[in-house]
Amino acid sequence: MGLAMLDTTRPRALVTLHDVGKVYATGTVALANIDLEVRSGEILTLLGPSGCGKSTILRLVAGLDTPTSGVLSRNHANVRGTVGFVFQDPTLMPWADVFDNIYLPLRLQGQSRNKAAPAIADVLERVGLARFVKAFPRELSGGMRMRVSIARALVSRPRLLLMDEPFAALDEITRFRLDDDLVALQAELGTTIVFVTHSVFESVYLSSRIHVMAAHPGRITAEIEIDTPSIRRGREFRTTPAYLHYCRQASDALQRAAPGEDA
Amino acid sequence: MALLALVRRLAPPALVFTALLGTWEAFVRLAEVPSFVLPAPSLVAATLVADRATLLPALLVTLKITGFALAAAVVGGVGLAILFSRSRWIERSVLPLAIVLQVTPIVAIAPLLLVYLDPSTAVLVCAFLVAFFPILSNTALGLASTDRNLLDLFRLYGASRLQTLRLLRLPGALPHFLGGVRIGGGLALIGAIAAELAAGAAGKGAGLAFRIVEAGYRLNIPRMFAALALISLLGIAIFSALALLSNRVLRRWHDSALDQDK
Repeated sequence: MGLAMLDTTRPRALVTLHDVGKVYATGTVALANIDLEVRSGEILTLLGPSGCGKSTILRLVAGLDTPTSGVLSRNHANVRGTVGFVFQDPTLMPWADVFDNIYLPLRLQGQSRNKAAPAIADVLERVGLARFVKAFPRELSGGMRMRVSIARALVSRPRLLLMDEPFAALDEITRFRLDDDLVALQAELGTTIVFVTHSVFESVYLSSRIHVMAAHPGRITAEIEIDTPSIRRGREFRTTPAYLHYCRQASDALQRAAPGEDA
Repeated sequence: MALLALVRRLAPPALVFTALLGTWEAFVRLAEVPSFVLPAPSLVAATLVADRATLLPALLVTLKITGFALAAAVVGGVGLAILFSRSRWIERSVLPLAIVLQVTPIVAIAPLLLVYLDPSTAVLVCAFLVAFFPILSNTALGLASTDRNLLDLFRLYGASRLQTLRLLRLPGALPHFLGGVRIGGGLALIGAIAAELAAGAAGKGAGLAFRIVEAGYRLNIPRMFAALALISLLGIAIFSALALLSNRVLRRWHDSALDQDK
């Protein structure tokens, strides 16, 4: 419990960022001195206000962008299927039905439809959309589209799942439900997740660890370990004193990181 | 329900069209306007039937030219748009030329083409030139509008350029492309008619425009109107066919196709 220093004693860091910085061509310093490790099997949350570089870190970890300073090392081959990405928008192909959207990562790996079908059926079952395999994205609700997006990210069984404020645009009820489902899925599959959010409550509910960030330049200002294992969490966790305690802690850390700014 | 919806959609324009024709017919009959000045719609219809041996082959000629020109414009426009999306250098080099061809009136280009090409080829090239640009510019716009997050996703999954083009860029550009084809279809017909008028080709390869000119020389005004009516019908048919195609392709996922049912 409490603010903790970076713990380097834990084994199996999937991704490590050491003194990483990112400066854009315009001269904007997006990130400075980022030290961070993503440990196998955890849900790590990056919590901070808009513009603090949370998404930039995610892009660096995904390999979609490169740091301008520091060292980023991956303890997994960054090849097809090892990393899944869920964006703030579902980012589905509107011309393709649910099956074809989820099939995409496997299709790009060269798998045939027939061979991919069982994995797609399985992941659809897990996200509760088995009946909607032939539906097009526009025929689904916002929450269902996001489930498809998550299913697509999970279908190739990635070792690392990166989620960039995936539930930010959804209503509170749907968001709570998807948070529950995500915790359950992670417990079942053991996928390592890096989750970006600006919601204190969501970060505490989901995470094993929270990195609190501040802007101008984007930097990590605190790390909070959540002692309650996510595998034992359920909806009731939201009403426990421990949950409220961690929320207060995260909120205080945010305030200290960016006095005068709302998270 | 579908039939009722169709009737509801078609009834208003059909009523307006019928009222227009009725007024025209009544005016010609009541004012006793001579047919060489303004033929009544009934006479135009009768001429369509009576002169079918002349007009239908001409219709087929114009239709064939329009069809070939549109097909060539689709192949050329999409091909060049793909090249544009691959290389800004090619786009900067070639686009000005395409714009020059687009903004120069086809009636000014047609006589030149007739100098260098045989009349039927010149007509085809004219129709191609006017249909080509909207397809090129719309498809290029569609290819450039690909969702950035989806592009990132394809990169993340290690998609090749060909996979990204085939599975993402081209399907994403479909609404823009089909919009361009709808415009290009009508313009191909206009280009073909304008070039036929400039060419004045007679005989076996004569299209509807030439039949209009020919009928004018002979003061056969009802046939002029009949040929004109066929051109209008052909234009409507081309537009409707392309709109139907667009609707069939996009109806389950794109708002432009969905709105047509409202």
